[in-house]
Amino acid sequence: MDYLVYLKKDMRVKILLPIFVIFFLVIFLIFYKGLNHTNIYTPKIISNENIPLFKTIEFQSDNEITSKEVFSGNDYYLLNIWASWCIPCRDEHNFLMKLKKNEKIEIIGLNYKDKEKNAKKFLNELGDPYKKILSDSDGTISIEWGAYGVPESFLIHKNKVIKKIIGPLNDSSFKEIERLVK
Amino acid sequence: MKIINLLIIIIILFNFNLSNAKDINSSSKITKNLRCLVCQGQSVHDSDSEFAISLKLVVEKKIDEGMSEKEIYEFLQIKYGDWILYDPELNQKTFILWFLPLLLFLIGGAIIFKNLKIKKN
Repeated sequence: MDYLVYLKKDMRVKILLPIFVIFFLVIFLIFYKGLNHTNIYTPKIISNENIPLFKTIEFQSDNEITSKEVFSGNDYYLLNIWASWCIPCRDEHNFLMKLKKNEKIEIIGLNYKDKEKNAKKFLNELGDPYKKILSDSDGTISIEWGAYGVPESFLIHKNKVIKKIIGPLNDSSFKEIERLVK
Repeated sequence: MKIINLLIIIIILFNFNLSNAKDINSSSKITKNLRCLVCQGQSVHDSDSEFAISLKLVVEKKIDEGMSEKEIYEFLQIKYGDWILYDPELNQKTFILWFLPLLLFLIGGAIIFKNLKIKKN
């Protein structure tokens, strides 16, 4: 107690204590704010480039198909990168099934590093929302799209990506897609 | 005749090794300069995440297609933004990044210089 009394008398402590308190409060606030955010930094990329050109194998028929054949004839497409081993893909599947009812948009699946048998089982179990499914067995096509992993969705209007959804679809992104697709 | 054959084989082997080594070096050099976006504090070269494995394949593919190192960086920058490069290029958005350390260094030097002068006096 004597020590505390001594400290209180010291003028320097009167100045130092508030500084320390403010300092720790600031640090606390930075951590509090910082840790609430996701720590994966996703830069805003406004790209006016056309969607990438690629060649791949169509899942159902095993035929080779080019991106031009896939993305022609319709105004709006949703490219959905998915895999049967991806747990969040199960969560977003309901939204894809709902979106299938919208006739203005075609959903294209890009099957990411998956086994055909497992992928088919996944679709049998949860339903198949895809107009076409393309295979991306080594993940290189996803990189060409600028994707981070599964699941990820790209809303395409006239050969340009107008919206990119990283992670599973949710209520708000689903509504936004419906709003954008007119 | 035997000696000539042997010589040809040796030359081919040497050239083969050289071209191969060059390829490996450039692809690993490029991937060391790329940030693995889904990992923390790792380059694409060091990471074994799905993202990094695919990106390495893409870089190798682009080298095979004859793209230069700079062109590959530009290609990935369009797709993923400046953040993917460990060594971002100097532009309007990044000039503070480049000049702040230099500025701090000069200010620090000035402070030391001033202090020394005071001590001398």
